[in-house]
Amino acid sequence: MDLYIYNSLSFWGYFMKSQTQTEKSQHGSVRSYTIGFLLSIILTFAAYIPVVIHQNSYHQTFSHELLIPLVLFFALLQLMVQLIFFLHLAGSGSSARWNLAVFISTVCIVLVIVIGSVWIMSHLNYNMMSGSNMNKYIQNQEGIHK
Amino acid sequence: MNKHDNNDKTIFGFWVYLMTDLVMFAALFAAFAVLRNNTFGGIAIRDIFNPPFVLIETLILLTSSFSIGLTILSAQANKKTQTIFFLLTTFALGVSFLTMELIEFSHLIHDGNSFQRSAFLSSFFTLVGTHGLHITAGLVWMGILIIQVLGRGLTISTVRKLTLLTLFWHFLDIVWIFIFTIVYLFGGIL
Repeated sequence: MDLYIYNSLSFWGYFMKSQTQTEKSQHGSVRSYTIGFLLSIILTFAAYIPVVIHQNSYHQTFSHELLIPLVLFFALLQLMVQLIFFLHLAGSGSSARWNLAVFISTVCIVLVIVIGSVWIMSHLNYNMMSGSNMNKYIQNQEGIHK
Repeated sequence: MNKHDNNDKTIFGFWVYLMTDLVMFAALFAAFAVLRNNTFGGIAIRDIFNPPFVLIETLILLTSSFSIGLTILSAQANKKTQTIFFLLTTFALGVSFLTMELIEFSHLIHDGNSFQRSAFLSSFFTLVGTHGLHITAGLVWMGILIIQVLGRGLTISTVRKLTLLTLFWHFLDIVWIFIFTIVYLFGGIL
């Protein structure tokens, strides 16, 4: 069982081989924490600055279609950075692999909850995701007014 | 060897708890995503984004995550003074973060935009408030650990507790990245 998980997750091992070879300690080193910290700060600014430019130009610079995936991409990148450099999820050893296995199954649950909720609620008759349509629908069909 | 095994099991058990906590946060994120436009004439998501304020909050939390990493490294190197120093730094940064969050909340409530105003604000206060509650719990835990390390030194038991606290704190930092992105940055875009 352990071997199976190890094989299925071996791409992580490959990904982080250079790190685990230099650092024997389970909890990383000052160097790995510093790299993780600097990368996190860079990624925070990389997501923050375009949004501020967008807002200061009254939503003219950068389109919504570009910014939303961009900002989400930086958040996911930062998630990876923190998982690797702060939580050492990519480490070797059976316990690190079990932690990673539980994490991946949890991520699946999280995706089902979030994507499922948004998907269902945006396809309801009331179309709850867009405020103006819902208000119109409620006023016309149900006779409810604010 | 046996002690080491037990340590691993404790950490794994705590990790499983953190993952269930993540599922709870996922539900709160889903509620926020669904209710974000139901403002009922009150303030909308774009009014929540307050550029430099929320960036400073994020940087404070990031730095505290870094300093708690240095805490556990010092503890493993058996340097007691250094451990206490970084633990106090983390505590101070955590308190600053919590203070900023409470200032933001009190401004919103003072302007009549409390969680009772609209479904959007309810989901906002629940999501961000639950994170703040976790930070508060982490700070209480940290305070107790500072006293324990001062009194008992860096024993196997206190180092294990420090390891668990480190995991908890990093986890809260990761949840905050998504609050920062999905609540605040999306507020600036939409």
